[in-house]
Amino acid sequence: MAVVSSSGQRLGNRVAIAAVVVITIIFLLPIYWIGSTAFKPRNLATTAPPTIVFQPEISPFVKLFTKRVQLKPNEKIDVANAPWWEQMIFAGGERISRTGKGEIQLSGYPDRFINSLIVAITSTVLAVGMGTITAYGFSRFKVKGEADLLFFILSTRMLPPIVVAIPMFLMYRAAGLNDSHLGLIILYTAFNVSFAVWLMKGFIDEIPREYEEAALVDGYTRLEAFRKIVLPEAATGIAATAVFCFITAWNEYAFALILTNKKAQTAPPFIPSQIGSGLPDWTVIAAGTFLFLLPVAIFTFLLRNHLLRGMSFGAIRK
Amino acid sequence: MARIRLENIAKSFGNHMAVGGLDIDVADGEFFVLLGPTGAGKTTTLRMIAGLEKPTVGRVLINEVDVNAWGPAERDVALVLQQYSLYPRLSVRDNLSFPLRSRIRGLTQPEIDARIDYAAKTLRIGHLLDRKTDRLSGGEMQRVSIGRAIVREPQVFLMDEPLSALDAKLREALRSELKDLQMRLGATFIFVTHDQVEAMTMGDRIAVMNKGRIIQVGKPQEVYSHPVNTFVASFVGSPVINLIAGQVAGNAAVVSPGAFELPIAGGGREGRYTFGIRPEDVKVEQGAPVVARVHDIENHGIEKVVTLRIGETLVRANVPARVAIGLEDEVRFGWNAEKVMLFDADSGVNIRAA
Ligand SMILES: Nc1ncnc2c1ncn2[C@@H]1O[C@H](COP(=O)(O)OP(=O)(O)OP(=O)(O)O)[C@@H](O)[C@H]1O
Ligand SMILES: [Mg+2]
Repeated sequence: MAVVSSSGQRLGNRVAIAAVVVITIIFLLPIYWIGSTAFKPRNLATTAPPTIVFQPEISPFVKLFTKRVQLKPNEKIDVANAPWWEQMIFAGGERISRTGKGEIQLSGYPDRFINSLIVAITSTVLAVGMGTITAYGFSRFKVKGEADLLFFILSTRMLPPIVVAIPMFLMYRAAGLNDSHLGLIILYTAFNVSFAVWLMKGFIDEIPREYEEAALVDGYTRLEAFRKIVLPEAATGIAATAVFCFITAWNEYAFALILTNKKAQTAPPFIPSQIGSGLPDWTVIAAGTFLFLLPVAIFTFLLRNHLLRGMSFGAIRK
Repeated sequence: MARIRLENIAKSFGNHMAVGGLDIDVADGEFFVLLGPTGAGKTTTLRMIAGLEKPTVGRVLINEVDVNAWGPAERDVALVLQQYSLYPRLSVRDNLSFPLRSRIRGLTQPEIDARIDYAAKTLRIGHLLDRKTDRLSGGEMQRVSIGRAIVREPQVFLMDEPLSALDAKLREALRSELKDLQMRLGATFIFVTHDQVEAMTMGDRIAVMNKGRIIQVGKPQEVYSHPVNTFVASFVGSPVINLIAGQVAGNAAVVSPGAFELPIAGGGREGRYTFGIRPEDVKVEQGAPVVARVHDIENHGIEKVVTLRIGETLVRANVPARVAIGLEDEVRFGWNAEKVMLFDADSGVNIRAA
């Protein structure tokens, strides 16, 4: 019996592993597609069947970051003295546009990328910070109407956000927040803070209050106890919450499209706008998307230990 | 060191009264035990002394100073709990130094080291100093918790069932260690437990609590021999006291006429009573007045606790282990008439205790 059940178990394990592998491949396929397209020459990007083996090149990234103009029919170019990365552009029938002083003109992408970073990081810090403090208050003190307040906070997430897009647009225009970093930061913070409160409350509820009380008795103030005891204990929850808030803010498309157009525009609405008219250059789109994926991947990778613990011990499990 | 006084303290949570009408006076250097069943309000009382909870009414005085408005930090008390006493992710040494690094103490590093050394030696935890607390056994953890209290050199040690989570052997060992420590430090201890053995062996005085009130305060021997009511009588002492309903007629307790009549010293007014007699004061011997059958036998090493059946009535008696006795044997027993307690049949109040 024992033998049968243990070999049955082993078989079960193998099936589980096989399933995980298959699912992982399915999830990674689009990322592979984007990643490989980002390194393809333009003429291989849209072949059918797709080209698997090719000589990778970084011309899509060069194109992503620069402004280019079509070569005129008999324009003379100094191919031999041009830098190697510009030579790839010549091959596509274009050249990099320069100012009168000969400086390379950048495309809109780097600014949009930096906008995305500013907005996502700031709103994440604000949402997680405010969420943690609010959750601590709800968790540790008697708050009048606690259940109602918590429900109200949650209820702000019950409406699909796009429903309020037009009122938001009008309000932002009246308040002068259109196309500003501050506007997006406020929006994303407000959107994430309810989520952060609920998530963090779950984590903080699980930290025994005896630890803080011991610190209070040991001669520390409430604030010191919070900083020295609660914050380190809540690190896992904070990391998990931060990742979720960051992803939400980083990926947000609809409001960014409506509320920004240039100065504060983030990467999500910018990238598809580059499809433009005529034949789209999919390799450039793929390069922009590929770079856009990296911050979330890096952020999540750095916090992976916390996330795993958070998943198995924290509020998300419930 | 300090004297702790609670004056007419009450604490309500919502409309549930956790503690009411509490008066306690703990002398400087006393080992004072709060004993009571679960929900009695022991922890609540301790937390009010520590300043973690504000009394709804009444005053807490430390050295005759009203500290109601003081926070926990200012009261200079140390707290040891049953669990969650140590900070996880800190080493033992960091746990010990944590209270000393508080800004209100302002100690220098050599002073901190000296105190940790002293505590480590006192509690024999020197070899554990660099361990993480999650690598400690239960007994080691509680030692370190006590160490964290010692390094502070506080006015009062407050302990909330610090030994309850430990196994019996360890509890016994730490019990005597703690008592020892208290005598050496000469410190005031307020010790919460629901274990009457701990209370009896460690306490200079015991306050027996039930349902938020203090039922009796006294030396262990007083509480044991002169419980004020049936609650205290049955809560203190193991095996549990016999409480037997019956009548007083002249100088005798009559439980069932003709079959179970035994003398009581001093007699009493005629009427219905509950008689209290501890199992060690029940004597099973030949020629004793009452006939009974052996209902149950429990072996406790050098002693057996034998339950005797007289009609419907059950009486526990201590019998030396060497006495051969079997279930359903017919035996005779009597009791020590001096030790019989008389409780009012309705209120359970000991009519002889002051
Ligand atoms: N924070 C609180 N909110 C509401 N009720 C409470 C609170 N703390 C204690 N109580 C109630 O007060 C009463 C006394 O509780 P307390 O913890 O003081 O008992 P205890 O004697 O320490 O019991 P135990 O031996 O189980 O620890 C209980 O009925 C308890 O439910
Ligand atoms: Mg308690």
